[in-house]
Amino acid sequence: MHEHVESIKIYTLVFLSLLILTAATTLVSEIDLGPLNVVAALFIAVVKMLLVALFFMHLRHSTILTKVVVGGGMLWLGILLVLSLADFNTRGWLPVPGK
Amino acid sequence: MDSHTLTPELQEQFETAAQQKEVSTLGMWIFLVTEIMFFGGLFLAYTIYRKEFAGAFELASNTLNVTIGAVNTAVLICSSFTMVLAVRSAQIGSRKALIVFLILTILLGGVFLGVKAYEWDQKFEEHHVPGPTFHLEKATADDQGPAQLFFSLYFTMTGLHALHMAIGEGLMLFLLWHAYKGKYTPAYYTPVDIGGLYWHFVDIIWIYLFPLLYLIARHKQH
Repeated sequence: MHEHVESIKIYTLVFLSLLILTAATTLVSEIDLGPLNVVAALFIAVVKMLLVALFFMHLRHSTILTKVVVGGGMLWLGILLVLSLADFNTRGWLPVPGK
Repeated sequence: MDSHTLTPELQEQFETAAQQKEVSTLGMWIFLVTEIMFFGGLFLAYTIYRKEFAGAFELASNTLNVTIGAVNTAVLICSSFTMVLAVRSAQIGSRKALIVFLILTILLGGVFLGVKAYEWDQKFEEHHVPGPTFHLEKATADDQGPAQLFFSLYFTMTGLHALHMAIGEGLMLFLLWHAYKGKYTPAYYTPVDIGGLYWHFVDIIWIYLFPLLYLIARHKQH
């Protein structure tokens, strides 16, 4: 079997990007962006996660089945987060007798 | 291939070495998905309580040392870089480079855990560990409880992350031992490959922990 061997140059570029993004998220957190601070922090974290997953974890060259499994995992994580938060954030919207 | 000869790269239940490799990789990813759900529950708890007790969480978060956190994040990213180079060395059959990069990964992982231990020690000194002696300066009496909740989540999440790191260090030592014995070749280096998947996953968890625990309220302290 022959696997794709990535060049050291690509790994180095990804590595440097990750370090720059770490510095960026740290510096941006000091600036007052109001509610956008959380958005910026999570956006940078997602970009870093994608860099690690696609390049370091070779997801780019993985089989379709592996990609579907990972996508399915993220979908269930999304259900966990979105539905639970939808519950907590909408409590008290409607007058429920006895509450 | 002779079906009677069993080699590490082709066990009898598989048709081809490629199929065996795919099964191992897929199995590791399925395990990692269960880990995502496991940590996901903690991130959910964090999000809900942070919204509920925003003030106390911001005060508590700002007592963490951002410089140490950022440096430790960089250390972990360096360890992921050496790990990916270790996998690449195994791919191209360079035993020496594989051993060197595994040792570097283990050392960087050790640095991360050492810094983490120092940070936890500071929390004990500062009475920021949830319990009877807990006290957060600047926080009102009403906020002491929610602040303990922040530190409970802090210790649970960084603690579980550190546990994963410690297990990863054990895996790396195992890989190092087998690499030293010359067990990995370009035809068979699956353990290095899926060990790398685990190591990078633990890195990704920290990529979320760092901003959520250390950075969420930095802009409010000026």
